[in-house]
Amino acid sequence: MSKVRVLVGTRKGAFVLSSDASRKSWKVEGPHFAGWEIYHVKGSPADPDRLYASQSSSWFGQVMHQSNDGGKTWETVNNQFVYDGEPGTHRWYDGSPHPWEFKRVWHLEPSLDDPDHVYAGVEDAALFESKDGGKSWAELPGLREHRTAPDWAPGAGGMCLHTIVIDPKDNDRLYVAISSAGAFRSDDAGKSWRPINKGLHSNYIPDPDAEVGHCVHRIAMHPTRPNVLFMQKHWDVLRTDDGGENWHEISGNLPTDFGFVIDVNANDPDTVYVVPITSDSLHFVPEGKLRVFRSRTGGDDWEALSKGLPQKDCYVNVLRDAMAVDTLDPSGIYFGTSGGQVYASPDGGDTWSAIVRDLPAVLSVETQTLP
Amino acid sequence: MIKVVLPANLQTLAGTGRTVELRVEGPATQRAVLDALEARYPALLGTVRDAKTKKRRPMIRFFACEEDLSDESPDAALPEEVSTGREPFLIIGAIAGG
Repeated sequence: MSKVRVLVGTRKGAFVLSSDASRKSWKVEGPHFAGWEIYHVKGSPADPDRLYASQSSSWFGQVMHQSNDGGKTWETVNNQFVYDGEPGTHRWYDGSPHPWEFKRVWHLEPSLDDPDHVYAGVEDAALFESKDGGKSWAELPGLREHRTAPDWAPGAGGMCLHTIVIDPKDNDRLYVAISSAGAFRSDDAGKSWRPINKGLHSNYIPDPDAEVGHCVHRIAMHPTRPNVLFMQKHWDVLRTDDGGENWHEISGNLPTDFGFVIDVNANDPDTVYVVPITSDSLHFVPEGKLRVFRSRTGGDDWEALSKGLPQKDCYVNVLRDAMAVDTLDPSGIYFGTSGGQVYASPDGGDTWSAIVRDLPAVLSVETQTLP
Repeated sequence: MIKVVLPANLQTLAGTGRTVELRVEGPATQRAVLDALEARYPALLGTVRDAKTKKRRPMIRFFACEEDLSDESPDAALPEEVSTGREPFLIIGAIAGG
């Protein structure tokens, strides 16, 4: 019988939640790395027992771990992320030039076919990769050296590369998103990049339709249809049908189109999930109600999913890496909140319950569907 | 043997207790103690001082014998009480928020 493992990163440690395919009864293990901020934990699609974890601390810096037994034990791997050459400057909040400085790893994206190959998205925005299981890291400098990079500026959370998506039909095609530079695509395994922000409209930058400067929060893809991407931007939910060449808004009837997460049902590429957040100054769900919104039409038409979720006096946030889906049928949907709850729906979003309620604030949620 | 007291997060990372004992070859200095610490616990590389420049991380302090030694030269001799193991060398995470 299949199993599901949910990997949760929090402000004070990592947790591994596991269940059989019924997804009714959960075992909670952790905290791993107690006291450390866990920005991301993710498993290799090629070897589900190989996990990578990014720990960060304002005091002690960046630490990296890998596990070869599904998170039971961990070993430290290399934590040196050195920019290639002289990294130069980007724009600071006040518009002045600011030196590129490594701060932390936000997101880890293991390759689809090699457990030792993993990408790391970092702050200040750059893409690194390791081909030896984390023993060494090398920057793919073409992104940070893009001609527009001196104009990139940080969002409120820092200038982070937080999203990495690998095209499963062409592994040389990579998508990344940077707050607040926008979305970028490489067609040569990360050597060269170009912005793919046509159709994004952001009123908080001098030219709302600029080539870069958009605060993209998250991009999601269904593996059977890699040219279709869904985006939750700072404001606006968008979709592209041509690999990012053109985007159009699909916010439709959402109560607010600000938010962080977006994901796609594993069994239906047109079923999309978001969690609307009130606004950029009010980072909590609107009306005191925690609701996931689902579109079964690839956007524009959204329905509120609330069964089992708090509908009164709820003021949590759901951060950009804190939603994931499993690949069972029906697909399970998972998300974690700033209040420390991890909610699961075993039926594609129709009903929800908390796997665990009182963890530290959740930063990231990933799933693994195991045989 | 020189006694080094680690903050809780580094104990977790190194998989050790609060106090570790280190044998330091030659004069006991900050640099020598931290070199010995990182050699014994490679997981701590980069967490107390920058792995490349060897500069103390900004929110780390070094205390011993009721003195703040953080801004002393890394090559200055540590107090005799530390080098003889009678007093520990404390690595402290600065008090800065929760």
